[in-house]
Amino acid sequence: MSAPLLWVVLPIGMGGAFLLVWQERWLVRIGTLSALGLALLAWWLPIDEPFAIGSLALKVDGTLQVLGRAFTLEPAHRSVLAMLYGLAAMWFFGSATLGLARRVIPLGMSILGLMVAMLAVRPFLYAAVFLGIAVLLSVPMLLPFTQRPGRGVVRYVIFHTLVIPFLLFAGWLFAGIEASPGDVELTVRATAIFVLGFAFLLSIFPLYTWIPMALEESSPYTVGFLLWLLPQATALFGMGFLDQYAFLRLSENLPALMRFAGLVMVVTAGVYASFENHAARLMGYGIIAETGFFLLTLSLGAPAGVHLISLQILPRGLGVTIWAFSLAILQKAAPDLRLTTLQGKGRAWPWVTLGIGFANLSLAGLPLLAGFPPRLLLLEQLAVNRSLGDALWLAIGLLGLISGAVRTLGSLVLPGESAGWKRSERVQEVILIGLGIWMLIGLGLFPQLSLFIFNDLSALFERLGQGML
Amino acid sequence: MWLTLLSWLPTGIVLFASLGLLFSRAWRAQLILLAVEYLGVFWLVAMHWPFGLASVKLVTGWMVCATLGITQSSLKDVGDAEEMAWPQGRLFRFFMVAMVVVVVVALMPYVEALIPGIDRSVILGGLVSIGVGIVQLGITSNLLRITLSLLMVMAGFETLYAVVETSVLLTGLLAIVNLGLALSGAYWMTAAASPTREEASQ
Repeated sequence: MSAPLLWVVLPIGMGGAFLLVWQERWLVRIGTLSALGLALLAWWLPIDEPFAIGSLALKVDGTLQVLGRAFTLEPAHRSVLAMLYGLAAMWFFGSATLGLARRVIPLGMSILGLMVAMLAVRPFLYAAVFLGIAVLLSVPMLLPFTQRPGRGVVRYVIFHTLVIPFLLFAGWLFAGIEASPGDVELTVRATAIFVLGFAFLLSIFPLYTWIPMALEESSPYTVGFLLWLLPQATALFGMGFLDQYAFLRLSENLPALMRFAGLVMVVTAGVYASFENHAARLMGYGIIAETGFFLLTLSLGAPAGVHLISLQILPRGLGVTIWAFSLAILQKAAPDLRLTTLQGKGRAWPWVTLGIGFANLSLAGLPLLAGFPPRLLLLEQLAVNRSLGDALWLAIGLLGLISGAVRTLGSLVLPGESAGWKRSERVQEVILIGLGIWMLIGLGLFPQLSLFIFNDLSALFERLGQGML
Repeated sequence: MWLTLLSWLPTGIVLFASLGLLFSRAWRAQLILLAVEYLGVFWLVAMHWPFGLASVKLVTGWMVCATLGITQSSLKDVGDAEEMAWPQGRLFRFFMVAMVVVVVVALMPYVEALIPGIDRSVILGGLVSIGVGIVQLGITSNLLRITLSLLMVMAGFETLYAVVETSVLLTGLLAIVNLGLALSGAYWMTAAASPTREEASQ
C-alpha cells in the first residue's frame, strides 16, 4: 500500500462512486465519514515507517510511480492531509442542511484528491495540470444546471486555465536553471513567468475580480469550499516551489514583490470591504485579504514565515467554513444577500448572525479570536523587521475588514419587518455554527494548538528555513 | 527547398484556422476551423514527437469539436445580446490581428533563444494560436467563443511545449484538460438557456 494511493487515488475514485449514491442522507453520511476516516488515517498512520497491527507488520510507502513520474507524500505531509480531509468532513456535513450535498460531496472529494496530487507529484511542474483538472471539475459544483453562468464563474475558469501554460513552462525553465545556474537572463525570464502564473493561481491583485463576482452569482457555500481549498493547497504548493529552487529562495526582489502584492491585496480588500453592500461579496474581500496575509507572511522570510503560516492555516479554514455556512443559510431565507435586504434578518437568525460576525471579525484579527495571534505577530514582524509604514498599511486593511463586519452586523440586527427576536435556525445548524464559534474562540485563547498540529510543516519546507528569503 | 516549404504548411494551416476563428460568426464554421487547427497542431507536434503520441492531440482535438458541436446543435440558435456590447467590426478585428502579428514577430527571437532547437514554423504557429485566443478572450462574452479561445490558447501552448516535453503522463493529463474545457463549455452553453439567479428569484 502507498500513501498516494490512499490520499490521492482513493478520494478521486470515491468522488466518482459518490455520484451513484442517490439518497442524499446516505451520501452525507458516507462522504463525511470517508473524509473523517482519511483525516484520522493521516493523523495516525506513519508514512515510510514500518508499524504493526497485532502480529501483522505493515508499511505505507510514500511514493507511487505512474508512467515514469512519482507521487510522493512525506511523513511531514500528514498534518496537512489531516487538516484538508478533516475540514472537508466539516464542509460535507454542513452541506446536508443546505441541500447542497449532491453538488459538494462527490466533486469535492475528487477535487481534494486532485489537490493532494498537486502537492505530491514530482516533478513539481505537473501540479499545474492537476489544478486545471480540479478547476474544470468544480464547474458543476459552482453552477447548477439550471442557472446561467455569470462573469465570475467564467473568469474563474479562464484565469485558472491560463495558469497551466505559465507554470508548466516556468517549471521547465527552472529545470534548465538548475542545470546552468549562472544564466541570469534565463533566471529573470523564468521567474517572471512563474510570478505571472502564481498571480493567476492565487488571484493576486488585480486578478481577484472573479472572487466577489462568483460569490454573488453562486451559492456562498460551494464557492466558499473552493476558496478555502484552492488557495490553501496553492499556498503550500508555492512554498514547495520556493523550497525546491534556491534562486527563488535567495532572490532579493521576490520578497519585496510579495510584500508589495500582499499589502496591495490587504489594503484594497479592506477598503472595498468597508464600502461593500453585499454580504457574500464581503466574504470574498475577506478571503482576498487572507491571500494578502499569506504573501506578507511568506515575504518575512523563514523560519518566522513558516511559523506564522502554521498559525494561519486552521483559523483561516475554520473562519471560511463558518462564514460560508452562515451565509448559505441566510441565502435560503432572503431573496438576495444585499445588506439593505438583510436588514433585521439577524433577529430571526441570531446564530447565523453570530457565525458571520465571529468569522469576519476573526479574519480581521479581533483579539481573543483565532485570527488574532497570527495578525498580531504579522504586524509585529512587519514593524520590527521591515518598516513601520508597511505595518500601518496592514492595520488600515484590517480596519477596513472590521468596518465591513460592523456594517454587516449593524444591518442584520437593526429592526426590519419585525422588531422581535426569535430563532429560525435548525438544531443541526445551531450545533455546527456554535461548534465553529467555540473553535474560533478556543484557537484564539490557545494559539499554540495550531503550532502543535502543524509542527511538522517546517520539516516539509526545511530548505525554506535556510534561505534569507 | 520543398522540405522547408512542407514544414511551413502546418503553420499555414494553424494561421488560417486561427484567423478564421476570429473572423467567423457561424458556430459550424468555427468548429470546423478549430478541427482544422488541431490538424495543423498535430502536424507541428509530429515534427518532434512520435506519430502515435502526436496523434493524441488530433484525436483529443476532434473529440473536443464533436462535444461542442453536439451541444451547440441541440440548443436553439439564439443570438447573444451581450455579444453586441463588444467591438464587432472587421476593421477592428484586422487591427487586433495586426497587433498579434507584431507581438508574435517581436517575441519570436526570444522564444527561439529560450527553447533551443525549436523551428520557427512551430514558434509562429504556437504563438499566433495563443495570441488570437487571448485577443478573442478579451473581446467576447459568448460562451462558445470563450471556450474556443481557451482551447486555442492551450493548443498554441501545447505546440510549443511539445518541443521540450514528451512525457506520456503529461500528454494524457493535457488531453483531459482539453476535454474538460470542452465539457465545461458544453455545460455553460446548456446552462445559459436558464435564467440567472436574480431572474429566477424574481
